[in-house]
Amino acid sequence: MARQTPEINAGSMADIAFLLLIFFLVTTTMDVDTGLRRLLPPPIDPSQPEPPPVRERNVFVVLVDQNDRLLVEGEIGNIQTLRERTKEFLLNPNNDPTMPVREMKTIENLGEVEVSRGIISLQNDRGTSYEMYIAVQNELAAAINEIRNDVSEEELGVRFDELNDEDLIRAIREAVPMAISEAEPKDIGG
Amino acid sequence: MIKGRFKKESGERSQKINTSSLPDIIFMLLFFFMVTTTMRETTLFVKNTLPKATEIQKLERKSLVSFIYIGPPLQTEIFGTEPRIQLNDAFGNLKEIAAFVEAERLARPEAERPLMVTSLKIDKETKMGIVTDVKQELRKVNALNINYSTVRGEPEVR
Repeated sequence: MARQTPEINAGSMADIAFLLLIFFLVTTTMDVDTGLRRLLPPPIDPSQPEPPPVRERNVFVVLVDQNDRLLVEGEIGNIQTLRERTKEFLLNPNNDPTMPVREMKTIENLGEVEVSRGIISLQNDRGTSYEMYIAVQNELAAAINEIRNDVSEEELGVRFDELNDEDLIRAIREAVPMAISEAEPKDIGG
Repeated sequence: MIKGRFKKESGERSQKINTSSLPDIIFMLLFFFMVTTTMRETTLFVKNTLPKATEIQKLERKSLVSFIYIGPPLQTEIFGTEPRIQLNDAFGNLKEIAAFVEAERLARPEAERPLMVTSLKIDKETKMGIVTDVKQELRKVNALNINYSTVRGEPEVR
């Protein structure tokens, strides 16, 4: 003797759902945060001895002044040629003695590869505009990414940005490290 | 008989459309938005036009990201035009960054704390001085994982 359940009027269901929908549309945002990931150097411990200085041939100095002008390795540079110069420095194709040493290193999943010991030192003034700073960071990252793509294509036959295997990505990262050092702040002129 | 020209001869009344699946469609939309979007958390007090870059990475786990906003205040007549730091829902100063990072750390489970990222949302007109100061403060409290927030696009500098 099951009693017949009375039918519920579902006509206003759509209105309720609409209300919820509009609430979520208003209160939420869709943006995914994107940006340039960097790792800051750990704080300096005064009790520790200073790390040994890096040989000058291994350091690529990029300096941005308060008028957003570039000084690359002691010469006036510009943002259009920065990427090429960085690549040339890190790869050192002609074994120039003023450019960084390359050494053979055995990396898991890759075998023996040549790893450049070059470090990019990015220095800026307090008056440098943030936009310029990011543009320079972007060019330096682009240079390293292009080298990674080339190395990956040569060793694995796939571009670095198309790699999916975590281990291979780590191997390429080790073969071409993102060695950008953001110098200790100092005032350079003005 | 001009009036009835478009009427069907058979004189059928307007048909009722079955709307019983309308709630389902709306619910589907609702769930789509609930999944793809995130809650708006802070009200911005500073101008925040992000610079453009091409080599960008996505920040995967939003729950591990804390934001520091820097830029010229929106209400220039009250706060002036000098870039200010915004932490959560209020203006902050350099000394408050350490406490801010500590509070953000405590809000996360201990296992996830090493994975935390501080995203710097900095207006492109800002000078590097204040940015460097903030970076030094972050170094002091060992929040070394940072992200310079940018949008996708070619950088606009000469």
